[in-house]
Amino acid sequence: MYEVLAKEKLAPTIKKLTVKAPLIAEKTQPGNFIILRVDEKGERIPLTVADYDREKGSITIIFQEVGYSTKLLGKMEKGDQIRDIVGPLGHHIDMEGYEKVVLLGGGTGTALLYPKVKGFYEMGAEVISITGARTKNLIILEDDLRKFSDKLYIATDDGSYGHHGFVTDILKDLLEEETGIDLVVAIGPVPMMKAVADMTEEYGIETIVSLNAIMVDGTGMCGACRITVGGETKFTCVDGPSFDAHQVDFAELMNRLSFYTNEEEEIKDNAVKEEI
Amino acid sequence: MAMQKKKTSMQEQKAEERINNFEEVPYGYTDEEALQEAKRCLQCKDEPCVDGCPVEVPIPDFIQAIIDGDVEKANQIIKSKNNLPAVCGRVCPQEEQCEAVCVMGNKFEPVAIGRLERYVADYNMQRGTDKSSKEEIEKNKIPELEGRKVAVIGAGPAGLTAAADLVRFGLEVTIFEALHDTGGVLSYGIPEFRMPKEIVDQEVEAIKELGVEIKLNVLVGKTITIDELFEEGYEAVFIGVGAGLPRFLGIPGENLNGVYSANEFLTRVNLMKAFKYPEYKTPVKVGNKVAVVGGGNVAMDAARTAKRLGSENVYIVYRRAAEQMPARSEEIEHAREEGIIFKLLNNPVEIHGDQGRVDKMECVEMELGEKDDSGRRRPIPIEGSNWMLDIDTAIIAIGTNPNPLLTKNTKDLATKSWGGIKVDDNQQTSREGVYAGGDVVTGAATVIKAMGAGKTAAKNIKEYLLNKSDK
Ligand SMILES: Cc1cc2nc3c(=O)[nH]c(=O)nc-3n(C[C@H](O)[C@H](O)[C@H](O)COP(=O)(O)OP(=O)(O)OC[C@H]3O[C@@H](n4cnc5c(N)ncnc54)[C@H](O)[C@@H]3O)c2cc1C
Ligand SMILES: Cc1cc2nc3c(=O)[nH]c(=O)nc-3n(C[C@H](O)[C@H](O)[C@H](O)COP(=O)(O)OP(=O)(O)OC[C@H]3O[C@@H](n4cnc5c(N)ncnc54)[C@H](O)[C@@H]3O)c2cc1C
Ligand code: SF4
Ligand code: SF4
Ligand code: FES
Repeated sequence: MYEVLAKEKLAPTIKKLTVKAPLIAEKTQPGNFIILRVDEKGERIPLTVADYDREKGSITIIFQEVGYSTKLLGKMEKGDQIRDIVGPLGHHIDMEGYEKVVLLGGGTGTALLYPKVKGFYEMGAEVISITGARTKNLIILEDDLRKFSDKLYIATDDGSYGHHGFVTDILKDLLEEETGIDLVVAIGPVPMMKAVADMTEEYGIETIVSLNAIMVDGTGMCGACRITVGGETKFTCVDGPSFDAHQVDFAELMNRLSFYTNEEEEIKDNAVKEEI
Repeated sequence: MAMQKKKTSMQEQKAEERINNFEEVPYGYTDEEALQEAKRCLQCKDEPCVDGCPVEVPIPDFIQAIIDGDVEKANQIIKSKNNLPAVCGRVCPQEEQCEAVCVMGNKFEPVAIGRLERYVADYNMQRGTDKSSKEEIEKNKIPELEGRKVAVIGAGPAGLTAAADLVRFGLEVTIFEALHDTGGVLSYGIPEFRMPKEIVDQEVEAIKELGVEIKLNVLVGKTITIDELFEEGYEAVFIGVGAGLPRFLGIPGENLNGVYSANEFLTRVNLMKAFKYPEYKTPVKVGNKVAVVGGGNVAMDAARTAKRLGSENVYIVYRRAAEQMPARSEEIEHAREEGIIFKLLNNPVEIHGDQGRVDKMECVEMELGEKDDSGRRRPIPIEGSNWMLDIDTAIIAIGTNPNPLLTKNTKDLATKSWGGIKVDDNQQTSREGVYAGGDVVTGAATVIKAMGAGKTAAKNIKEYLLNKSDK
């Protein structure tokens, strides 16, 4: 059992939980994720470790309530116990040797991006962060990002805050105006990651995306998370979750993510009935 | 009384009924049936059957106890060697092990050792008398070993067996398991209708009662490394992490929606209990036309599971002929009874899809040529014989390899080309104090072989620690 130490609502459907998990806190590095199961009947869901505190033995997760399991997780309060957490999983990102990095986060992708922003900043790279969401009250972690970024840009689809438009619009301008960008990191909805990949390919800039494939065990045992990268099948959980954006078959990823849509809707309807 | 030539038969659920539920297929012997079968045993002095069992269950002795009406004692006798009798009685390939060398089998059918073992285990579980006797345990403890720590990685048959033996020597044993549940393949792979999870849980409980501590959700190699275990004071390590990495065919279309590895399919259904969806929240999707590729136990389990999930046409697509199928004949028979359709001498060459979802499997017919390394005649594609099988789900059950996650993250641990850990006759690896056994050493094999390896390792870890303390 893993105790919830603190809870914070970052936006109406985005929550942040700090959980006691000393072994995982000890080992986590930016880019790692965990898999948790809220209760006995729950799914195993992957979530990025957004932050960790080795001294306190705690990890922080930030998640968007999109379906049954994340909603159930969102119900957890301080003092509650999460049944299972395993990690840290996946490769961490190799941050050494970059001088100027642009990091884009879309929606909750920003939560996944944050540990990398912090990591690159602490490694001494020049960090330009771009975060975006549909509307102003969905923008998360603004202060945290600002703290670890040399520049921070914000975009909203409806123009209620920052640039009116997509994060990719800002990237486009940066690619034109800035020189010396040696890495772009993009995390968010698949279409956004694909757009970024297409854009940076033209400029020949190394680009990393973090994939949100459907997972079960997260240890390389089931192959649910497989995805084609550079023409080869890779397991997102053990070979990733970060990959070279220019090699990823995004169409396949989109397709694979849609496989359980009906079941997810069905279970969400149940959740409404069960008042979760 | 005349000699009973055949095994006493065991009642089982009828095929028409059982394809609608996940309950166990054979019911197990009644007291009368068990006694009747036990009396067939000749009590051979040289006990050939014991040699046929990788963990050396004292077979004639426990059978005699049944005849004497002391089923509790029968259980103690079995448990002195085998900590998972309810499991082994169900899934051991007895026909290749103990029963293969049973003297009765020379002329008639062998004694149904597996069924009797299951009977004894179930009988005692139901009455709560399945625990090993406390005196017996105290008697076996070795003073020099008491309180010293050993780590076991993986809570499958190999790890559980090693842990149970190690703790009996008086050692302090902790099992580290990556998943949220114990049992390894017994829990995530072998389906409920063959290996009820409640039974696995009870056997594991009995092992915990011996004093073994089990830590779940610890992925060794990630959460903690083997070097760190040593730093924490563990003096020896047993690796029993199985062979969990699924193999795929490597043909076009394999990443379409609706194509599962058998591991994923069975894990969703067994470990995550998708067969109780939506009460349990993990979904699994089977359509009405499922092709399972492969001819082993795993393929049979996947096919029979798909059938129970409501799929109408379930095919086994296998590239060799019936005689060469590696699955146990009992399982093949069960599958046939349940209406599984066998497409033998066929090999998939491509999976076709419609809007991202599989809709056809292109197969090529095969014929048998010369014998290959495995001694089986090699299947050769018949040119131009390609044909299409209409399907909406494909399950790939062509085997597994050891997962490289642990070995990659452990220094100086020698492995074979296919990823298996190298060990000597004592199950010792290339590193001092590190032992390994089960599927991670042999590749996918059997429960009882994994248990045998766990036992051998435990014995040698004991010797190692005793020698070490002499120094
Ligand atoms: C490596 C990794 C890190 C992630 N980190 C975060 C994070 O930090 N914050 C966050 O909000 N989300 C993160 N996600 C996504 C998160 O796992 C899903 O949102 C969650 O599983 C949805 O579960 P649900 O039952 O609430 O929704 P569902 O109703 O089940 O599904 C809603 C959406 O989630 C996807 N999804 C469903 N099941 C899974 C699964 N087992 N694995 C992955 N995706 C799934 C579906 O394709 C669908 O698009 C991450 C995913 C991966 C693979
Ligand atoms: C579907 C199916 C049906 C089968 N049917 C039969 C049958 O009828 N009869 C028979 O005898 N055999 C059968 N087998 C084979 C048998 O189950 C295996 O040979 C046996 O389980 C191997 O035992 P093991 O302990 O070596 O490994 P496993 O049972 O695989 O257990 C390994 C354990 O280690 C854990 N682990 C892995 N990596 C790590 C890590 N890094 N850190 C911590 N823990 C880790 C795993 O999660 C798992 O719990 C079947 C196998 C399958 C898949
Ligand atoms: S454990 Fe298996 S091989 Fe040994 S006696 Fe029992 S059924 Fe036979
Ligand atoms: S070989 Fe067969 S008949 Fe002889 S003791 Fe063993 S089980 Fe009994
Ligand atoms: S989630 Fe099972 S292999 Fe990646």
